[in-house]
Amino acid sequence: MNSPSDSPILSLRGVYKYFGGIKAVDGFSLDVAPHSITGLIGPNGAGKTTLFNVVSGLYKLDSGEIRFKDERIDDLSLHQTFHKGLCRTFQISRELKLMTVLENLMLVPPNQEGERLWRTWFFPGRVKDQEGEIRERALESLRSTGLFHLRDEYAGSLSGGQKRLLELARTMMAGPELILFDEPGAGVNPSERLTLADRIRRLVSEEGITVLLIGHEMELVMDVCDPIVVMDRGKKLAEGSPEEVRSDPRVLEVYLGGAGS
Amino acid sequence: MGMEIGGILNFLVSFAIMASIYAIFSMGLNVHWGYTGLLNFGIAGFFAVGAYTSALVTSPMPTGVLTNYVKQAFGLNLPFLVGVVAAAMVSGLIAALIGLLTLRLSEGYLAISTIGIAESIRIFFNNESWLANGPQGLIGLPQPLHDLFPPGYYNYVYLVIVLAFLAVIYVALERGIRSPWGRVLRAVREDEVMASADGKNVFLFRLQALILGAMIMGIGGALYAHFSAAIQPSVFEPLFGTFIIWAMLTLGGTGNNKGAILGSFIVWALWSWSTFVILKIVPRGFETRAPFIRYVLIGLLLVIILLRRPKGIIGEERQVSRF
Repeated sequence: MNSPSDSPILSLRGVYKYFGGIKAVDGFSLDVAPHSITGLIGPNGAGKTTLFNVVSGLYKLDSGEIRFKDERIDDLSLHQTFHKGLCRTFQISRELKLMTVLENLMLVPPNQEGERLWRTWFFPGRVKDQEGEIRERALESLRSTGLFHLRDEYAGSLSGGQKRLLELARTMMAGPELILFDEPGAGVNPSERLTLADRIRRLVSEEGITVLLIGHEMELVMDVCDPIVVMDRGKKLAEGSPEEVRSDPRVLEVYLGGAGS
Repeated sequence: MGMEIGGILNFLVSFAIMASIYAIFSMGLNVHWGYTGLLNFGIAGFFAVGAYTSALVTSPMPTGVLTNYVKQAFGLNLPFLVGVVAAAMVSGLIAALIGLLTLRLSEGYLAISTIGIAESIRIFFNNESWLANGPQGLIGLPQPLHDLFPPGYYNYVYLVIVLAFLAVIYVALERGIRSPWGRVLRAVREDEVMASADGKNVFLFRLQALILGAMIMGIGGALYAHFSAAIQPSVFEPLFGTFIIWAMLTLGGTGNNKGAILGSFIVWALWSWSTFVILKIVPRGFETRAPFIRYVLIGLLLVIILLRRPKGIIGEERQVSRF
């Protein structure tokens, strides 16, 4: 492995994504340094979520190049990028509503023995052992996110903030190298937001995971992210430390609606 | 008096055989719809394929004077169990082809193509007389262990055979559904994008579920063929072969195999016993039309269930993963 400082874990070069005549992502390039918490901000409709959809493989890009750990991933679909070590969340939290909180988490670990039907028939012992381990891990991540008491509830019955915590627990179960958080703070009350910020920081400091985070609430982004990338109309507008971005006149203009545009 | 009790018992045994065969179909549909959210409106197609496959595999080619009346493409004269296995395989193969063509598209395509394919299969068997004797169908199909028991008692034996299949399918399905495999199916049902984001190959799991459910339906078809010992295309019309099974699963409890079995017994009881009651109350001259009131009854029951108890009598359990 290369030294973490010089080789980006995720690298985008000239990525384009069109919807008809609309250039949602318009020649976007980006390097994400390992063990960083990179923030991606920009006004509504800037193309942030589309960019996530392209990187994670939910959408196919129209042109450009995406490398993850020096390997091209722009041909992979959503479930394949997951197996490369990339885990994403969604802007509007998605959970498996009619499955319990615990089942939502136990689903996540890759390559489970019991995902092959014939093994559940002919090697039930092995499946059972692994299922026990997965349950323990899931319960552990529920304890650390404060959702343990809700383990047997339907995931669909959780509150908005609890769903965000479940999302966080889910990324822990995935054991990824890079997490793409799409607005993890949306619909979360201020005290829960502090917990969330703290947990995201610990993902990086304790488990060595890299985070790329879309944020709408400037506080959360300015608080946890460095560097911050600003996107506007599918293009990169600015990039730098929170201080640099905060004082950049172009950024102020798109956020405060300058007269020039 | 003795005769009467014997008659009632015989009726109950045939009832239990048919209800159990329907329970097998319902469990197959449960794999499709209950766990994976696949809309299969063509159960009758897999029913027909299973029944005809086993019939052709187990019956001998017609000989002597029969050759003037019965045409069939082949007759392998193989044992009953081979017929059942072949029924499952051919049914699964057809499901695989349908799945490869439609499962990558949005879910409506599977629903539409299963309706069309089921009807095409029935009409194919009806028109292509060389294959399985056209509208007259095949009669005198072999019955397993038939010669070992006195004819009056044979249905008891067949009930045991059907119950054995029911039990094995139930246990195998429960094992699969409560395992990580079943958890993935339910995740696909709940939200396919989320299931993909959790690294699951949605297409592959849907395909597996479609094939497995169809194989179970194929087995149900084979069991039906050897019970009635005669099959013709008219058996596999949508009402009798698809609609009633949807009513059974919905009534008993979608996403619950016990519910699938319970619903099958209840609906089949209503279906087969209501005729007697209806025949007593309809005015003279309408007797021949009376059985069609049953369709209304089943439809009414379905509406009441969906309004009052949308999850069925025993719906899906909260904690399904239990291995």
